[in-house]
Amino acid sequence: MDMRRFIETYKKRPGSLAVLFLVILSAVLTVGVLFALIIYILINGVANLTPELFAWEFNTDNMSMMPAIVSTIYMVILSLVMAVPIGVLSAVYLVEYAKRGSKLVKVMRTTTETLQGIPSIVYGLFGYILFVITLGWSYSLIAGAVTLAIMILPLIIRTTEEALMSVPDSYREGSFGLGAGKLYTVFKLILPSAVPGILAGVILAIGRIVGESAALIFTAGTVAQVPGSIFDSARTLSVHMYALLSEGLYTDEAYATAVVLLILVIMINALSGMIAKKLVTR
Amino acid sequence: MRSHSERVMKAVFLLTACVSIIAVILICVFLFASGIPAIKEIGLTDFLFGMSWKPGQGMYGIFPMIVGSIYVTAGAIIIGVPIGLLCAVFMARYCPNKLYKVLKPAVDLLAGIPSIVYGFFGLMVIVPMVQQNFGGSGKSLLTSAILLGIMILPTIINVSESNIRAVPEHYYEGSLALGATRERSIFKAVLPAAKMGILAGIILGIGRAIGETMAVVMVCGNQAVMPAGVTSGVRTLTANIVLEMGYASGLHRDALIATAVVLFVFILLINLSFTALKRRTD
Repeated sequence: MDMRRFIETYKKRPGSLAVLFLVILSAVLTVGVLFALIIYILINGVANLTPELFAWEFNTDNMSMMPAIVSTIYMVILSLVMAVPIGVLSAVYLVEYAKRGSKLVKVMRTTTETLQGIPSIVYGLFGYILFVITLGWSYSLIAGAVTLAIMILPLIIRTTEEALMSVPDSYREGSFGLGAGKLYTVFKLILPSAVPGILAGVILAIGRIVGESAALIFTAGTVAQVPGSIFDSARTLSVHMYALLSEGLYTDEAYATAVVLLILVIMINALSGMIAKKLVTR
Repeated sequence: MRSHSERVMKAVFLLTACVSIIAVILICVFLFASGIPAIKEIGLTDFLFGMSWKPGQGMYGIFPMIVGSIYVTAGAIIIGVPIGLLCAVFMARYCPNKLYKVLKPAVDLLAGIPSIVYGFFGLMVIVPMVQQNFGGSGKSLLTSAILLGIMILPTIINVSESNIRAVPEHYYEGSLALGATRERSIFKAVLPAAKMGILAGIILGIGRAIGETMAVVMVCGNQAVMPAGVTSGVRTLTANIVLEMGYASGLHRDALIATAVVLFVFILLINLSFTALKRRTD
């Protein structure tokens, strides 16, 4: 649309012009807030990224975030080890085995949707009551990891389901036609071609684990050291940041932690975006 | 032999598929079993409608927190929905392809930023801003609403955008052919057709806002009293749990778990209306 036609159309319709303005303003605001947040954290945080903050041992002088980074990696691995197999196999059952519209499928849909909507603080209290108190695991890496595994389960199930459903039916028919069994078809043909989609979901799940704090404070606890075993308490990077802020004395360190968290999240998002793009072009 | 392993694996798939059902049952059982006795001991009306929360004096009324949660969520919806919806219109209808490649990842990143980082940003940027412009301490209902409004943007945008795109193109073209402007065509022909889906997105946003914990606790002020105005401090249900769970014991602890039960019931109701709405749109 050239400029003159644009002016002519909108001169008689100021209402439409105002709406157009608001639409563009909203998009600018949305992106603006994101950039403001990122730039603000980077400007104030990068200067605070001192070498002491990455010391291997945590003490109250250096307030190192290194143990928290290690704990975050442990937490991600432990949660995924539990959630990914269960989630992927659940999705295989839903897509490949269950009869469409069966009662069990309906119940499962409802429960996964329910799990998806539960706030993380409720997960945290549930984990506290069941794992920390009732099972007596006390504040520990494993209590936190099981809680998070339940939390990310619906995400893994949903993304795997979508990936499985996007595998063309001709794969299945061809495989059955050649005399292959169902199990062989699922593991040798369908799952391998669904891997990119599943991976994109897993990466999103990693993002959720890294960013989680409310579900972990009362399950994994807030000990700032590298955990010796899965029954030790440990704080992830997000919980570390919360601990720094609630003590109120460590704003500089909190800025630095925020920078590391932001960079992690940006990398995770970029990675999942790249895999998703591969899926589309394939 | 093969049919044997087929059967065993089918059972395994079925078993994993039941994990999410078991998880929901466990969450319900353990939360209610710990929360309900406390509610009985305090008295249902004293608990739900009691005006003062003074655990030291054995007063456990969560009405100010229920009101706080509802106000904060309503504020977030008032701020987040118009901006999110208009941004979705921009993305689905106006955005040139090149810009879309920036905008879409930006919205995804907005969804991926950890809530503790949002809370920190709110504390350092939005709190002083509100303090300067509206007086008071800056930690207030208004501040929480602004921050939560930003946090629910990605939910609103993603759901609205896909629903706007799902409206058949001839709605838009037909309206244009009758001489309406682009804006009129979008807002009078396309959006009404996508209404139900957008509403479902708003309900999802409500669920996110009411369950948000770590960001709100940083900026809401945390006074457990009825808010007097938009610039006075509030405490939400989630904030109540996270603030006091660390040191609570006995009935106090159980009352906090009961707070989570109330939150959980809210979320179940929200989920229910979401599912009902989705069924109507399908």
